[in-house]
Amino acid sequence: MSSFSDQLLVLVMLINFLVLGSSRMAISIRAVAVQGVALGLLPGIIHSVSWHILLISAGIIVAKGVLIPSLLTGAVRKAEIRREIEPFIGYIATLLLGAVLTALAFLFSQKLPLHPAHRGLLFVPAAIATLLTGFLVLTTRRKAITQVIGYLILENGIFIFGLLLTEAMPVMVEAGALLDLLVGIFVMGIIINHISREFSSIDTSRLTALKE
Amino acid sequence: MLYGLVLIPLVGALVTWLLPDDHRRPIVLPVCGALHLALTAAVLVNTPPPSHAGWIFLDPIGKLILLVASVLFMVCAVYSVGYLGYRRERRNRVLCMGLLVCLSAMTLAALAQHLGLLWVAIETTTLTMAPLIYFNRNARSIEATWKYMLICSVGIALALLGLYFLAYSTIVAGGEATLLLPSLIGQARHLSPAWLNAAFVFLLVGFGTKMGLAPLHTWKPDAYGEAPGLVGALLAGGLVNCAFLGIMRIYQICMAAGHPRFFQDTLVMMGLVSMATAAVFVVRQADFKRMLAYSSVEHVGILAVALGLGKGALFGALLHMINNGLTKGVLFLSCGNIHRSYGSKSCDVVKGALSRLPWSGGLFLAGFIAITGSPPFAPFISEFTIVTNAFGEGHYLVGAAFLLFLAVIFIGMASTVLPMVMGVEPEALEPTDYRDRLLTVAPPLLLMGVVLLLGLWLPAPFRQLLHDAAGLLEVRP
Amino acid sequence: MTDILIHLLLTILMPPLLLGVIGKTKAAFAGRVGAPYLQPYYDILRLLRKGSVFSETTTWLFRAGPVITLAAVAVASLLIPLGNHPAPVSFAGDMILFAYLFGLSRFFTMAAALDTGSSFEGMGAAREATFSCLAEPTLFFALIVLARLSGSLSLSSMLTHSSAATWFSDGAAMLLLVGALFTVVLVENCRIPFDDPNTHLELTMIHEVMVLDHSGPAFGYILYGAALKLFVLLTFFIQVALPLRAGNDLLDWLVFVCSMLVMAVIIGVVESVMARLRLIRIPQLLVAACILAAFAMLLILR
Repeated sequence: MSSFSDQLLVLVMLINFLVLGSSRMAISIRAVAVQGVALGLLPGIIHSVSWHILLISAGIIVAKGVLIPSLLTGAVRKAEIRREIEPFIGYIATLLLGAVLTALAFLFSQKLPLHPAHRGLLFVPAAIATLLTGFLVLTTRRKAITQVIGYLILENGIFIFGLLLTEAMPVMVEAGALLDLLVGIFVMGIIINHISREFSSIDTSRLTALKE
Repeated sequence: MLYGLVLIPLVGALVTWLLPDDHRRPIVLPVCGALHLALTAAVLVNTPPPSHAGWIFLDPIGKLILLVASVLFMVCAVYSVGYLGYRRERRNRVLCMGLLVCLSAMTLAALAQHLGLLWVAIETTTLTMAPLIYFNRNARSIEATWKYMLICSVGIALALLGLYFLAYSTIVAGGEATLLLPSLIGQARHLSPAWLNAAFVFLLVGFGTKMGLAPLHTWKPDAYGEAPGLVGALLAGGLVNCAFLGIMRIYQICMAAGHPRFFQDTLVMMGLVSMATAAVFVVRQADFKRMLAYSSVEHVGILAVALGLGKGALFGALLHMINNGLTKGVLFLSCGNIHRSYGSKSCDVVKGALSRLPWSGGLFLAGFIAITGSPPFAPFISEFTIVTNAFGEGHYLVGAAFLLFLAVIFIGMASTVLPMVMGVEPEALEPTDYRDRLLTVAPPLLLMGVVLLLGLWLPAPFRQLLHDAAGLLEVRP
Repeated sequence: MTDILIHLLLTILMPPLLLGVIGKTKAAFAGRVGAPYLQPYYDILRLLRKGSVFSETTTWLFRAGPVITLAAVAVASLLIPLGNHPAPVSFAGDMILFAYLFGLSRFFTMAAALDTGSSFEGMGAAREATFSCLAEPTLFFALIVLARLSGSLSLSSMLTHSSAATWFSDGAAMLLLVGALFTVVLVENCRIPFDDPNTHLELTMIHEVMVLDHSGPAFGYILYGAALKLFVLLTFFIQVALPLRAGNDLLDWLVFVCSMLVMAVIIGVVESVMARLRLIRIPQLLVAACILAAFAMLLILR
């Protein structure tokens, strides 16, 4: 059982690399949806099944696997773009940087003392690696929608760590976190729509009017 | 009673949503604000005991936050009735709803003793403020809103990770995972230092982004510059305080853990960096709202330094939190008036505000004098407390740097503000229909009066409240 | 002794059959009957009977290139275990020799191509150099993973060690390795999606254009050498991807031959359903494969 959760986390980390290397928005959005579904399955695997856990799993799969990707796909369609432009540091450099950050995540997680039940599992390295990947996508991409995808990956990384606490954290806070994520993405989608209307493009490197 | 505090603004938001009339909608704001203020006063006098299994409790720090938020909102609500009268060209439903929901979220943050609930409340304030920054609906405000949304969302997400680390540290220590503040403070001594340090760093980065600590402040100049003055007042007064509340809560836990050096040094360092950044950028700002944003960065830095210094400076930090909120209210509201009158935010165009708008110009000048720390206004008292404590405890370098940055910022802001208010109006200026009316002048005037009053005399119950709150933040032996 | 004999027989006789199977698979996808399975044998024998034409601008390098290439790959084939049986030659560290024998053959192919002085060959040599630079770290990461899993530095023990049990315990790492190694197999043997072996447009070629000027027996050596390289690398891949150990000697050989033919069919399928990638995308894909292998190494080394 624990090794199955490890395989899912490896899949999650592979999806990080897929998003880092792909230039097509549809692929990135679908990849993040698959990542969300994989993360939704994890609470059911690592904790004993109960109504609380099933509800959370279902909520996460629906929110991250269906709702948010459909919001993003709608935004992509309205903005009428399909491909990302070359990121600020190029695809190959982004991929290599992502690999270095993943290795650093593994190193860093060796330093943190873990609860005996969680030792040897991939949760902490996967969480930090996904967090750093999301941050990398957020900062190096130009299109606003890809930046939102980076934010989603960042949230997924934080969520992975939160899985270690599912038994302890009450439903309300998890539900609150999920709801905030949903509303945040919704608001971002609206803003992207306005950006595309105002500038006829969602290339955020054009948002340079405000500076010192 | 506590339910009422949170629910009244929400009901008000519902009413503003349902009201179809743009002209009558702003009236809801002062009505809700007055009810909220009355309830706040009642709750401050008769504090209810902890409820909901300890999740909700109004401790002294929460009382201070609630007081400032409520007063600031009431004043801004009255102002908004007059201001929105001048902005009839825009629909104001989203603005009114957003303001009310934000008030509700700020109240919830003040009441929360469970850190997860606090996080949800602060995230809600982030989300509700985003559409308000976009009120002017032009290319620059969309850029400002995008930066604000992205940077603050990332910050809040990192703060969530910090909370997870904190909860995990309780599991590693062998206890039950909990995010209730009293239990965390009780267990703090046993928490694993590695996890606690990591949690502190992430929470500082997360809430620091919201507050505007450098180098995470990059969204501030754009957001404060493009938002209407009314929204800017709540951002600078209300949201900064909520984010500071988050930092104060984690500070309480860290101080109880028994090894405070790391935390205090980090806070002082970030505070000084913020003040330095503000000092560099506030000089020769072309846009006076952006200048106010950098002033906000400076004061956030002062709050961080004071928190990091600890002991006597904690009283100064809490007093400064109040003073900063109120004075920024004066500044933003009066500069909103100036913007309406001149039709521009640029310092090249705005000259001679004292002659064109005696009340607003005068308030802006007074606000500038107050915020840069001149007596007899209240910020002088709080900054003086902080500096004397710095030198008294032997942190000479910190105190000297503090004074140096204050001086540079004073000169920098003066070089922008004085030409704005003195001199003659440029002849090429088109006349606008803005006039200094009661509704747009009385609110900032009232706030200025309070700031002056606090500078001259601290009422005893208020002083007691500040001491109680500072006592919560001190290092436990 | 019989093991070594069978190893030598299979290594000498089987490689062109793989090419024939690939050709038949592609023909089947295209709805044609296609060339007979033994066509590559006929081609090589025909070429060996022909005369050679050498350009005046070439030197000894041009004549030596095909010979050294074939020799290097032939020695590499002695190092690799087929199926469950150890290789004829094995010692600790022979995996480095294995990787660099391929390097040697590649170097001489490129040198012979540059020796002709033609710009087409030079272009092909430049592309080959870039792609193999990016593919080599992948191979080395894979070797590190296998060495760590088996605890030995000799190819024979490394590759015969992996079994179904390894897949259960380190499934994620093995899966990543399979993906990365398949990419290496395709790029080293100049298959789609990295290079189209059937194209006749010189500007799109990588490997074919390097050997454009060879004729007669030299071209026969090159053709056979390419087939042998495919055979060796597919063997390497099978040991990792399909570690079926039957225990019985004869059954092992049969299982090996069958898995090789299945892999040839798979390569034929890949060639039929995909198109060659744009040349600027190939480095990205190779870097991705390298990262997969590095990630597998990270997972194993924890």
